[in-house]
Amino acid sequence: MIPSRVALMLFAAFIVAAPLFLSAYQVALMNYIGLATLISLGLVLLTGVAGVMSFGQQVFAGLAAYTTAVLTTKYAASPWLGLVLGLLLVAAVALFLGAITLRLSGHYLPISTIAWGIAIYFMFGNMELLGKHTGLPDLPPISLGGARLDSGPRIYYLIWAFALVLLVAAANLLDSRSGRAIRALRFRAVMAESFGVDTARLKTIVFLYAALFAGLSGWLYAHFLRFVSPSAFNVNAGIDYLFMAVIGGASHVWGALIGASILVVLKEWLKDVLPTSFGASGNYEIVLFGVLMLLLLQRASTGLAPVLARWTIAPRRRAFVASSAGLPKREVVAAGNPLLEIQNVSKRFGGLVAVRDLSFSMRSGEILGLIGPNGAGKSTMFNLITGVLPADGGTISFQDERIDGMAPSRIARLGLARTFQHVNLVGGMSVLENVAIGAHLRGRHGTLRAMLRAERTEEARLLAEAARQIERVGLAGHVHDAAGSLPLGKQRLVEIARALSADPILLLLDEPAAGLRYAEKQALAALLRRLRAEGMSILLVEHDMEFVMGLVERLVVMDFGEKLAEGPPAQIQAHPAVMEAYLGGVA
Amino acid sequence: MGADIFAWLVQDGITNGAIYALLALALLLVFTVTRVIFVPQGELITFAALSLAMLESGRVPGTVYILVFGGLAAAAIEAVVALREHRLRRLPRIAMLYVALPLAVAAAVWWAAPRRPDQWVQVLLVLAMVVPLGPIMYRIAYQPLASASVLVLFIVSMAVHYVLTGLSLVFFGGEGLRSSAFSDAKFRLGVVDVTAQSLWVVLASLVIIVALWLLFERSIYGKALRATAINRVGARLVGIPTVLTGHLSFLLAAFIGAVSGILIAPITTLYYDTGFLIGLKGFVGAILGGMASYPLAVAGALALGLLEAYASFWSSAFKETIVFAIIIPPLIWLSLRSRHVEQEEEE
Repeated sequence: MIPSRVALMLFAAFIVAAPLFLSAYQVALMNYIGLATLISLGLVLLTGVAGVMSFGQQVFAGLAAYTTAVLTTKYAASPWLGLVLGLLLVAAVALFLGAITLRLSGHYLPISTIAWGIAIYFMFGNMELLGKHTGLPDLPPISLGGARLDSGPRIYYLIWAFALVLLVAAANLLDSRSGRAIRALRFRAVMAESFGVDTARLKTIVFLYAALFAGLSGWLYAHFLRFVSPSAFNVNAGIDYLFMAVIGGASHVWGALIGASILVVLKEWLKDVLPTSFGASGNYEIVLFGVLMLLLLQRASTGLAPVLARWTIAPRRRAFVASSAGLPKREVVAAGNPLLEIQNVSKRFGGLVAVRDLSFSMRSGEILGLIGPNGAGKSTMFNLITGVLPADGGTISFQDERIDGMAPSRIARLGLARTFQHVNLVGGMSVLENVAIGAHLRGRHGTLRAMLRAERTEEARLLAEAARQIERVGLAGHVHDAAGSLPLGKQRLVEIARALSADPILLLLDEPAAGLRYAEKQALAALLRRLRAEGMSILLVEHDMEFVMGLVERLVVMDFGEKLAEGPPAQIQAHPAVMEAYLGGVA
Repeated sequence: MGADIFAWLVQDGITNGAIYALLALALLLVFTVTRVIFVPQGELITFAALSLAMLESGRVPGTVYILVFGGLAAAAIEAVVALREHRLRRLPRIAMLYVALPLAVAAAVWWAAPRRPDQWVQVLLVLAMVVPLGPIMYRIAYQPLASASVLVLFIVSMAVHYVLTGLSLVFFGGEGLRSSAFSDAKFRLGVVDVTAQSLWVVLASLVIIVALWLLFERSIYGKALRATAINRVGARLVGIPTVLTGHLSFLLAAFIGAVSGILIAPITTLYYDTGFLIGLKGFVGAILGGMASYPLAVAGALALGLLEAYASFWSSAFKETIVFAIIIPPLIWLSLRSRHVEQEEEE
């Protein structure tokens, strides 16, 4: 087992030394691997991590390649101008395509990416300006500091410099504030949104990066081959890049490199070996290629990177400095002011009325319990308040501001933080990273700084804050554990720690005590009392009556989506309608 | 454009649109039930169309090899699983379904092909060769990964697509084939000659659509498919096996693919890889219909057929660009309408 830094150094050393002992043909192959790595790296971020499937990356490579080809051959422009304008065009197209597809649900995307891939491929092949199906020949080589990169070994270092820098930058990105949000996009988008992540915007950013990586690759490709034609940018090419990402391990940055190496080498090898052994009658290589891919997927459906990493790379723990300066906190709201105002709110799911004409209000500094039998509409009410679901009628105000109709990420900004009834943690991330998502809005540095590691002070503060909240809920011993490995009760505590990291004015807890043991419940109750003393307001959905009754000032009882009763615990316990609802009639 | 050209394009568009509609339905069915984006549908179309053309010329189509060897591979996998689980009683059934049946079909084709049977016999033989490929494909490629992510399943689809395209070139060669029309009759309708072939296509599509509707509404298997499509976990909890619905949806999709291939074979010249583009147009049709509702998918596919007919008339070079770019307007519309945050079901 070797540390990851050492592995990176060894690999970089190999890349630097490789042209000294490889043949020209092998160097050319390495160039193809580097070019493919750039594109599949974008796909790792986009598809593997953010969950946005795209078969259209070759389009971006093609756009950049054709831009530079036209500019350099027809207008004698410098390749570097071709790069700049190509990337601008790629960015514009990516923003347009992203705007129309990224908000849609999963299954539209792959098909629509294939569709635009085909549309643009046929456009390349039919436009007079782009040389139709024969393409554009005789591109000039790139000049860099007086050197003409006019052969495979010469452009090799440029290609791999880009590839290595971007691999490291992507790894940096995933290990940052924005990176944690990106990693939550695929399976935990609702949660991320509830902590202030503008998921639509973030997806667009990742899509843009992936497109720019592909554009860069296309530009390098055009000046490496010094010739562009549509066939390099057909749909199959796009599919191959996704193949690479998946085979390599789509959720690992280095999976892009592994997948690209395997696919490029395998395809070359099959092309060389098969015709001699089978005769040249058909394209058997594509058959064998497909069969190999199937076997590989059935053996390791998460790709090769995780398997290889387990054997070779020592796992790294995120370091954080506990003494790091704290994050700025919100001003405490004075107790007794109107905080949350819910008026005549309704929500229907088809024919089912989950919440009907519900009204209640909350003052700051209060713990309000929302109780009711299963299916009473409590969790739906939570989702309405936090903006996860749109209300069908009525108004919701927070500190005198209308919040119904706002996106969850905007509501989170106002100082609401919640936990989820069904635990909503990112399984592959540690407890520390999960809780740090809660503090998302307390940091501000974006993706570019993260790639350059120029946000480490803020990052240290965010992690220190997360660690403090983890300690506060009593999980100090689990900071570095994978969140998914904890028992359910402790996962709920992680949820609370995450909500606390947001430094909320109003904390919404959905069944926080479920799955906890007696002593743990006592500790949780004590924590909630302490929070109230510090000025926090808490809205609590809970089934455990003993837990609720000892904690709250007031209760709102719901049944079949309607408010049944409201008042202090003692009054509610004696309320005939409540007893009817819970016990099925007063004996 | 004269009224006659206009009417002729309408006919052309509706004929193609009917086939896209069938494909859109099959793709939607497979996707909602198994989460598989069924790219190899295109190869089934190709296999059916080219097999028909080869039978017509008295040759044995290579599809029989794919059927027999695919069956053997599936049988081997099933047998290994049965042995591992000590359920030897399943072996005869496996041998029957995956070995004997494909061999019987292959024997029938070998015997019949040189004798040049009637066209309807040819059609039956093609169906017998192509339809079982659906479940066989499911067994070999998809069933072991049934719970994998949509992404992995898509990659599996692409791998299967590669394998089948490669085989298609091996068995059918690079030349285009076209089978003869079911009937050469023409009817005069207003200003345009309606060919009997287009009527066949439209009628067959209608019959299949109605049959599918009956299946979903009336039969227990159809209901099982619908239940799985709506809620996979829930369906499993009430005892609907994933393996059954998987096989069933692939069987139906293969049937629809085969019929589409048979219908399209006399209309256009098909090459070993033409099916992929035709299948994709089925997808575009399904997207135009919102990828959720069957009637809308049919409407979308018809609209696509019409658009394609006009696009090829106005600008044949940019026909494909136009056809595949048409999904952009509905995507914009859908995008403007959607507002809630999506997340995939489970990790």
